[in-house]
Amino acid sequence: MKSFTYERPSTPAEAAAAVGRTPEAKFIAGGTNLLDLMKLQIETPRHLVDVNGLGLDAVEPTDEGGLRIGALVRNTDLAAHPRVRKDYGVLARALLAGASGQLRNKATTAGNLLQRTRCPYFYDTAQACNKRQPGSGCSALDGVSRQLAVIGGSETCIATHPGDMAVAMRVLDATVETVDGQGATRNIPIAEFHRLPGDDPSRDTNLKPGELITAVTLPKPVAGTHIYRKVRDRASYAYALVSVAAILGKDGSGHVAFGGVAPKPWRVEAAEADLPKGAKAVTDHVFADAKPTHENAYKLKLAERTLGAALNQARA
Amino acid sequence: MGATATAAARTNEPVLARVTLTVNGQRRDLELDTRTSLLDAAREHLHLTGSKKGCDHGQCGACTMIVDGRRINACLTLAIMHQGAEITTIEGLGQPDQLHPMQAAFVKHDGYQCGYCTPGQICSGVAVLEEIKAGIPSHVTADLEAAPQITEAEIRERMSGNICRCGAYSNIVEAMTEVAGARA
Repeated sequence: MKSFTYERPSTPAEAAAAVGRTPEAKFIAGGTNLLDLMKLQIETPRHLVDVNGLGLDAVEPTDEGGLRIGALVRNTDLAAHPRVRKDYGVLARALLAGASGQLRNKATTAGNLLQRTRCPYFYDTAQACNKRQPGSGCSALDGVSRQLAVIGGSETCIATHPGDMAVAMRVLDATVETVDGQGATRNIPIAEFHRLPGDDPSRDTNLKPGELITAVTLPKPVAGTHIYRKVRDRASYAYALVSVAAILGKDGSGHVAFGGVAPKPWRVEAAEADLPKGAKAVTDHVFADAKPTHENAYKLKLAERTLGAALNQARA
Repeated sequence: MGATATAAARTNEPVLARVTLTVNGQRRDLELDTRTSLLDAAREHLHLTGSKKGCDHGQCGACTMIVDGRRINACLTLAIMHQGAEITTIEGLGQPDQLHPMQAAFVKHDGYQCGYCTPGQICSGVAVLEEIKAGIPSHVTADLEAAPQITEAEIRERMSGNICRCGAYSNIVEAMTEVAGARA
């Protein structure tokens, strides 16, 4: 690991200002992803700004009947929160499907949104990777791509967003709240938070340098059966090959987002009207522009069948 | 955290910082390279070598400690991020002449072979029973709004962050089940 300096500010604006003014600085919260990457020298910050003391750890009801989740709320606490379990079951289920108990105790709401891909070529510093080293190429395109994106990728990158939580937040229409070094705040709809690689895969999100996530807000609860189905290589503690976050009525109507298939949680709202017709009608629409590799084309059928299982679960 | 951690880096010179931890009930003042993980602080600086370094990437669970009442991967956190924290390692749970009930149950049920993952398994096992008691749900909890029960399926799911290459899993489940039963 490269050496770094360290500070622990006391307000969100101070933290944002500290990262803004210090070259190659990064925020650290749970650290479960960042420290892993620092040990491999995939991330080499010169300065760490520890945000754990900022007090952004409350879960509060909003005036609109929704929920405001502080950036530092741990994954364990969010999944166990009574309101989340009662009204946002898809979010509790997604959180509990991710990582291990030890990691969920440390990992934060904001950090989970910002976790980086687990593409094997991003992790292997001997390989070309445009996300890790812009301009170096993409070894994944003709490589081992079984886990990688079938849609939303580009000629320069087919990495997936690895998380579960963000997929649930996408189907819940969450909003990400931020503050910058000047103290200016903004709200980013979750659909616009993560970005597609295009010709610059190094940027995973639309956050500006030094911009700090302070909270994630959920609108008022949506009625229906809340479902998160995750298909993976092991029964526990593995990344999704395909996941489905859905809120469905008994007639199949509702909302659905897919994980494990794209550089961001993948949702096509226009396809949701077809949900009562069954899974195939929806996935044919959602994945109409898919460009799978020979190794990951199975994900298209798997997405259809996983959604089919979710629809059966909602009808039961 | 003082001004000591503000010297310039990139020459890759070590940057030192002070931190005070309470480890197994004892206050410990340390001056550490900012890069020092909580695991390395315990093993290399406090000579508490019960916690093991397996993968050093949060995948195996051999480094599991209980920090402010919660189990975490000590390899994936910096010691300097834990100013004032209460840390329990396997040495703090029990000693050979005064075993923690979970340690005694692992002995009784052969919950290990080589023993390398065992300190992490035991710290995790103790915390898992507390998590269930506190009502924290898991991936296999059928009803999110009901209190989770101590079942084999719950134990197996919740212990998935602790790998045992000898494959002592079924005996670990038995040891944990016995401790849970004795407590109920």
